Amino acid sequence: MDGFWLAALKVLIAFALLFNIVLVLVWVERRLVARMQNRIGPNRAGPAGMLQTLADGLKLMFKESIDPRRAQLGIYLAAPVLALIPALLIFLIIPIGAPITIGDTTYDLQVTDLNIAVLYFLAMSSIAVYAIVLAGWSSGSKYPLLGSVRAAAQMISYEAALGLALVPVILYNRTTSLAEIVAAQGGTFFGIFPAWNIVLIPSFIVFLIAGFAETNRAPFDLVEAEQELVGGYHTEYSGFRFALFFLAEYINLFNISALTVVFFLGGWHGPVFGPTFLQYLLPIFWFLLKTAAVIFVFIWARASLPRMRYDQLMEFGWKRLIPLSLVWIMVVMVAVGLRRFGLPWS
Amino acid sequence: MSWLDDILGPWRGFLVTFRQMFRPNVTTQYPEQKRVKPERFHGRHVLNRYPDGMEKCIGCELCAGVCPADCIYVRGADNPDDDPVSPGERYGFVYEINMLRCIFCGLCVEACPTEAITMTHLFELSVTDRDDAMFTKADLLVERDGTPNHNAPAGPLIDLDELKLADGWMRATSSAGRAEYEGVVQWSESAGKSQESTVESPQGDSDS
Repeated sequence: MDGFWLAALKVLIAFALLFNIVLVLVWVERRLVARMQNRIGPNRAGPAGMLQTLADGLKLMFKESIDPRRAQLGIYLAAPVLALIPALLIFLIIPIGAPITIGDTTYDLQVTDLNIAVLYFLAMSSIAVYAIVLAGWSSGSKYPLLGSVRAAAQMISYEAALGLALVPVILYNRTTSLAEIVAAQGGTFFGIFPAWNIVLIPSFIVFLIAGFAETNRAPFDLVEAEQELVGGYHTEYSGFRFALFFLAEYINLFNISALTVVFFLGGWHGPVFGPTFLQYLLPIFWFLLKTAAVIFVFIWARASLPRMRYDQLMEFGWKRLIPLSLVWIMVVMVAVGLRRFGLPWS
Repeated sequence: MSWLDDILGPWRGFLVTFRQMFRPNVTTQYPEQKRVKPERFHGRHVLNRYPDGMEKCIGCELCAGVCPADCIYVRGADNPDDDPVSPGERYGFVYEINMLRCIFCGLCVEACPTEAITMTHLFELSVTDRDDAMFTKADLLVERDGTPNHNAPAGPLIDLDELKLADGWMRATSSAGRAEYEGVVQWSESAGKSQESTVESPQGDSDS
């Protein structure tokens, strides 16, 4: 298969995969949060309620999409699409399994192995802010505007922490390609512990916390704080346009979880054994298992933590996470420099 | 160590939610499982009959007068001499309850001098047409043998047997003013209760 058709096939598979993941993810989240609150959650549509999301999605498609009278219609229509596109694009760089060799060709299990993937990810997650800001502004209504102003401040603040948390990873693995970052996490420390980047614990924690803020999830869901802002930036959206925002939100959740796994939890590395087909499938399984674990943490936090106050959110971002990241970057720089060049006086 | 508590405090919530995952649900799977309702539940109304088949309603319109939601419409008419409908002079000729307006407060039950209108345990009153929510006398009045009527057939939600469960409205002590009932709590006679209750009806003599 030549390059173009291979890429097209990969994009198609990635697209289908993402949408199915979202369908399952929404259901899993609702069931899990329900369990944590001693409820049952959706259990009527399909086996154990698994088709509930599909039913909701179909319902949204058939609903009227209202154009508010004071909306800036062009931007108003573009915003949901603008929210979805970066979410989809980020997934393209995530390696979901070990490269598969068939005959002489090796197929990467990611759509594209970008050599500046880390920067690409940061750029795309910044673009996602535009969608929210534009959606809130173009709705011509006060609550969406307040929500989007909050979103802008929050996401820009935590974007900084997110980027700074990734600097030690780049320094440590000396690459910005996700495939190479994952490859660098193979092997073990002292023969027992997997050599994952989780050793960069402060980075891991900062990245995870900033990830909560980037995906606008509790305890950082001020953007769509229902009690204060009705629905936040998508208050005026209805029908399929609302569904697009919803979709983007959950794809982002999956992306951040998958990237946490890629950056810190060893990507698709895990015990691999058995016949050839199992050797191809097990890395995918390990990757999805780790991602599911991170997603569980996200959902768990949503069920456990109350929303932060706005000033606490800003203070936590600027006065705690960013200084912590900066100090940690210096520590890692010194350590990496020592390992590479030895003591300066030697 | 207070500083340790400060650090660990926010994370204790995670333990709570994790623990709750392994505890039993509190959810009732509603159409399949139904909770036992309290004995004095305020459900749909019924119009009762005396054991001999006479209607209890005398068309006095007190229920309509007391109704805070103004949802009851009653018109009385003189009993035909040859074929009386109720033991009194008049009977409820038209009796309608607008269930869209009813707030199920039970004041009509308390106002009724003959305990003609009582409440039952049926509360699933969904309709697909607003006109169906007007319960006419044909829907409200029980049959001569005490079987209740309903404007919708029995189904997964509508258990017509619930219409036989009386609201168990408790009558004030000595409501008939008789000294021997002073301090004795009595249960009202209504759809279900009247069939098995042994409490004598003080209304019997008031009608004559």
